[in-house]
Amino acid sequence: MTTLTPILTKIWDRSDAFTREAYEDDGGYQALRTAFGMPQDDIIQAVKDSGLRGRGGAGFPTGLKWGFIPQGDTKPHYLVVNADESEPGTCKDIPLMMANPHVLIEGVIISAFAIRANIAFIYVRGEVLHVVRRLQQAVAEAYEAGYIGTNILGSGFDLELVVHSGAGAYICGEETALLDSLEGFRGQPRLKPPFPAVAGLYGGPTVINNVESIASVPSIIANGADWFAAMGTEKSKGFGIFSLSGHVTRPGQYEAPLGITLRELLDMSGGVRAGHRLKFWTPGGSSTPIFTDEHLDVPLDFESVSAAGSLLGTRALQIFDETTCVVRVVLRWSEFYAHESCGKCTPCREGTYWYKQVLKRLDQGKGSEEDLETLLDLSDNIFGRSFCALGDGAVSPVTSSIQYFREEYIRHFETGACPFDEAASTVWAGANE
Amino acid sequence: MSTYEPEVLERLERDAKEIIAKYPKPRSALLPLLHLVQSEEGYVSEAGIQFCADAVGITPAQVTGVVTFYTQYKQEPVGDFHVGVCINSLCAVMGGDQIWRELSEYVGVGHDEATEDGKVSLERIECNAACDYAPVMMVNWEFFDDMTPAKAKQLVDDIRAGKPAVPSRGAESVCTWKQASRVLAGFNDGRAGEGTQAGYASLRGLQLAKESGWTAPEPERGAE
Repeated sequence: MTTLTPILTKIWDRSDAFTREAYEDDGGYQALRTAFGMPQDDIIQAVKDSGLRGRGGAGFPTGLKWGFIPQGDTKPHYLVVNADESEPGTCKDIPLMMANPHVLIEGVIISAFAIRANIAFIYVRGEVLHVVRRLQQAVAEAYEAGYIGTNILGSGFDLELVVHSGAGAYICGEETALLDSLEGFRGQPRLKPPFPAVAGLYGGPTVINNVESIASVPSIIANGADWFAAMGTEKSKGFGIFSLSGHVTRPGQYEAPLGITLRELLDMSGGVRAGHRLKFWTPGGSSTPIFTDEHLDVPLDFESVSAAGSLLGTRALQIFDETTCVVRVVLRWSEFYAHESCGKCTPCREGTYWYKQVLKRLDQGKGSEEDLETLLDLSDNIFGRSFCALGDGAVSPVTSSIQYFREEYIRHFETGACPFDEAASTVWAGANE
Repeated sequence: MSTYEPEVLERLERDAKEIIAKYPKPRSALLPLLHLVQSEEGYVSEAGIQFCADAVGITPAQVTGVVTFYTQYKQEPVGDFHVGVCINSLCAVMGGDQIWRELSEYVGVGHDEATEDGKVSLERIECNAACDYAPVMMVNWEFFDDMTPAKAKQLVDDIRAGKPAVPSRGAESVCTWKQASRVLAGFNDGRAGEGTQAGYASLRGLQLAKESGWTAPEPERGAE
């Protein structure tokens, strides 16, 4: 049986968890001192050896990403934290930064030191006011303590850290769109290559990492790469926060080694809400193909989830029970992608627009069998042909829902209406019975 | 063309200088500067666009191209308290759709519209990263968790009656839209210490681990 491993979440139950004092009480900022005693390349090597893979969804090895930064060049290097958490279902970085912003800041300092960056940015989505406050305050406290600034702890290393609020655009979670946004432009993705490690922010070598990835760095430095690598599976090492939401008895954040299963997580969270059964779920947000009750025992690691036809993504486990209309859910996600498509490339901009039209018709029971073929044809024209991953993400719910629930789509147009009662899916369903 | 009064302009220029100084290149300050002008008038006006253009040395058309890309920048005034209802799939299914229908009818305004008294505006918002508290609402970007149609209407009634709105996870009371915009522009309002560190759902895994005696593995000391 897999058990939970509170590391990033460990001090969240302290009422002052977000203060520097609380973090230091728990050993915080000691890893920073250890890191300053290490050659910078050894820090990069430790992160490589740990096996840490990006926690923002793509799962790219973090240490490898750092290793792509050219060394000994004359250009300034930049570290950018992607705190634009906006993927539907994903809700781990926001509580992390609200409860313990200092673990992120310590991670930023160590990571910036390792890649020789003297300026770092935390790009946080603008729609989370209190999280922005907590970050601003934590950065101010870190400056006061001399953890940020010039000649940090006598190391000779200088770092400036800027908290930068976005302004409402899902696409800015895409790393190159984020860079354009941070440079003061519309957030549209850039063509890769060149990759940000070579030409990123202001054309300089840049590392962009997710909040949870960077926040994991202090524990790797403090406890060793082997400690980290001993958790998880062979190719998906370490721990991560699993976010359960929807029709589950106790939704919330559960920090566990990668490779835990939904069956285990449902056991821990009280199962699907009383009197109901699992219908479908997302392993890693709306951009990852949906799973059904056939997939309860798929280990939630990068390889196993991919082998089963989806993606681990951000471990955003959205649980939907049998009262939920899959067509309604997919329509709403498609409306989201159409709204958030930046418009730069044709397959995504036009494809998501047509998804919306066709799915709306189907949801209202006015569609036809041909519409399903149109959706699949559209999907072929979006997937792999879009500028960035938003297009591929938009395809996931459409194709996977048709794969598993074709009958339900058909039932909509056969009966001329949605066969589900919306009220039955709500949190308060049955409350007055 | 509208412009700011000299004393307003002087104050904004001081703030703008402080913001721009944080960045290696001035244009990087554009998003915070737009939050700043929004904190002055509650929306991005023509004067605000001109101000930002002058501050970073680009044209008003270039600024407008950025303003229209981001949903948090409003081109019309919103209410002092801007109320968002999450209608992305999970919240919608859990009751967000019903909340939106009932609230919109109750308040008498639609998406991105404000009441005549200028106190409240409504928006259909996308996922705000609080899915474990669905259905979720936001007021001036503070979290209101586990909402119901009745709680939503009460919240708006309270706001219109001048009572403080108390978020589930956030400051002790919601500040105004303009004040919130100023924080987003980068000016710490000193309220980070208010409110809970974590909501109940955020703590569930940790609490279960503690009850069950589960911990992360101990590091091998001396191995390094």
